[in-house]
Amino acid sequence: MASISARRLSKELKEIMNEGCPVGITLLKAEDFVSWQFTIQVMGESLYKDEIFTLLFRFDRDYPISSPAVQFVTVDGKVSPVHPHVYSNGHICASILGSEWSPVLSVISVCVTLQSMLASCKKKERPADNDRYVRHAPDNPKKTQWHYDDDTV
Amino acid sequence: MSDVEYSDDDYYDDEDMYDGTQDDADDDGMDMDNEDFQIDAGPKRKPYETEHESLSQAEVERLMRREIEQTRNILGTDESVAGLLLRHMSWNKERLIEQYMDNPSKLTDAAGITIPEPPSPASAAPVRSRSSRPSSKPLPHKRPSPSKKDEPFVCPICFDDAPGLETSGLDCNHQYCIGCWTAYLSSKIRDEGEHFIRCMAEGCSIVAPDCFVHASLLRDEPETWPRFKELLARHYVSCNPSLKFCPHPGCTNTVSCPGASSKSSLLSIVPTVSCGARGIPGQEKGPDSITVAREHKFCFGCPIDSDHRPVICNVAKMWMKKCADDSETANWIKSNTKECPKCNSTIEKNGGCNHMTCKKCKNEFCWVCMGPWSDHGTSWYSCNRYEEKAGIEARDAQSRSRASLERYLHYYNRWANHEQSAKLSLELYKKTEKKMEEMQITSSLTWIEVQFMKKAVEEADKCRETLKWTYAMAYYLCRGNHKELFEDNQRDLEHAVEELSELLEQPIESDTIPTLRQKVTDKTVYVSKRNEIVLDDTANGFLEGRWKWNVHVDGFDDPDPADLAF
Repeated sequence: MASISARRLSKELKEIMNEGCPVGITLLKAEDFVSWQFTIQVMGESLYKDEIFTLLFRFDRDYPISSPAVQFVTVDGKVSPVHPHVYSNGHICASILGSEWSPVLSVISVCVTLQSMLASCKKKERPADNDRYVRHAPDNPKKTQWHYDDDTV
Repeated sequence: MSDVEYSDDDYYDDEDMYDGTQDDADDDGMDMDNEDFQIDAGPKRKPYETEHESLSQAEVERLMRREIEQTRNILGTDESVAGLLLRHMSWNKERLIEQYMDNPSKLTDAAGITIPEPPSPASAAPVRSRSSRPSSKPLPHKRPSPSKKDEPFVCPICFDDAPGLETSGLDCNHQYCIGCWTAYLSSKIRDEGEHFIRCMAEGCSIVAPDCFVHASLLRDEPETWPRFKELLARHYVSCNPSLKFCPHPGCTNTVSCPGASSKSSLLSIVPTVSCGARGIPGQEKGPDSITVAREHKFCFGCPIDSDHRPVICNVAKMWMKKCADDSETANWIKSNTKECPKCNSTIEKNGGCNHMTCKKCKNEFCWVCMGPWSDHGTSWYSCNRYEEKAGIEARDAQSRSRASLERYLHYYNRWANHEQSAKLSLELYKKTEKKMEEMQITSSLTWIEVQFMKKAVEEADKCRETLKWTYAMAYYLCRGNHKELFEDNQRDLEHAVEELSELLEQPIESDTIPTLRQKVTDKTVYVSKRNEIVLDDTANGFLEGRWKWNVHVDGFDDPDPADLAF
């Protein structure tokens, strides 16, 4: 029997194929049930007009019980959005990827949440501790003990 | 975004607040046990010992049940609700009752027992209605499963749609299949160590009651249930300042030590406690196990997991921190650097030439004799000028400026030496065991009669632990008669321990065994007495407020400026 994560991801993939992604989000790569990539773009007027970012999802066997590892891709000339919750190495500080993760959330719902996080941004800047964090950050953002202290952005 | 920090200050501050108001007699289960303990105390407690009692997990659970039962009776709720409320309020019953009386639904909402009302009454979502005492009824399911009977149920998590799929949900009625619940609960309990587990639905605040956790784990993951129970007990223990979980790996015992539950008590006592267990549970008892299985001793007042008597927690922690920060650096500075004879900047010599020029003050001097380079004339690199006055003066100044470093290293090296000896004691135990066997063969002594060797090793080990910490204490003690007396006691103990250790290392010859036995036995008794004197006197000194420090120690008066070290 396929693992829960494979069954769940195949179902999510099928839904994406049938119904397509929400506006501004496109599936870039989903060749296995280990990692997927999406492009994400903020529609309408925003600080990120005409910018396209690449999101990387990494799933472990316990998905969706445990959250996926989600980050912006920063290799091959791709950059992460300049945003107070996004580090220059692509790591994202968002509670739904950590303590607020719920197994009923899906890959697409995470994309939409991050899209709206960008859309509501008032000022393009890096997190205050960006340099310090990036210097010591683990490869997998899930290994970081995030401390969420700002619900407004 | 910042690192998550926590200090044990919070833990104590909280409890200090209640110190005055807490009525132990009727709310605290620990109290009874104290009385029992006092009756059984038997021989009089020594001044350096602290009353404590070991509790098994089952006993802790009994205390929890008692508190839940009392709360349940006062609030008129069922057991599960009372338990969740207590956990939500960190087992602070007074505050719980106060807040519950004030606004029960606000509290049950926050504790994840009831569903908060939607902010606007116009909102369409049909949330089940609540009475003013929402918790008086156990988890009524007012709505049937949201999926209509004619549509097959599809688990929103694993998308399993097999007919007859078993589902369950909490009071909020978010339904998921049993398999997903089990996986979710197990992951929360095992991976995150969480006992307050909310519904899987996004943003749903309802917490799974114990009976739900139990029922969900029962079939496929029964082994996770004990882990959950342990988490509950640990949480209870961590909320109660007079309880502490045994820090030894694999041990599930708890120690109750009400005498050391406040921060102020730690200024005059060193609450070394033991949970009574030995060794690592579950490990097979090999032939060595008697000697290897150490008692689970730890300090109730601080995170140091060994016996740091006679020195109190604050000073022990200061010393540990200093050692962690400074010792390596200080050693390195001592062996690799010198100070400029003129401006006292610390200089590392990284080239071969002895002609040094201070980067800071441009003073030129000789690395070997520390004298001015200008005096070196023709005999440059042989540097045979030891008698030269300028050189001697420079070396004097250097040694003065290094006095504090030397002072620290004096204490540190002795401290570290005893620690090292303690680490080697395992080997000594094994060696001694061999000797004991040898003795049984070469002499007429029986197994019982050779036990004196083992006793001696144990005693020496214990005394080294005491000695080690006396160096931390002496480093911070301010000069004066009291310190001198302290160091006299320390010297007597150290001398005696060294003599005993030497006896233990002696080769065994069959004709000297009886005298050796006599000597070792006598010395062991003497050493144990000296150890007691050090511990007794130091503990009494704390109770009498006799000890004065040469640095600021939290909770003590600031030292006289004249007594300040460094």
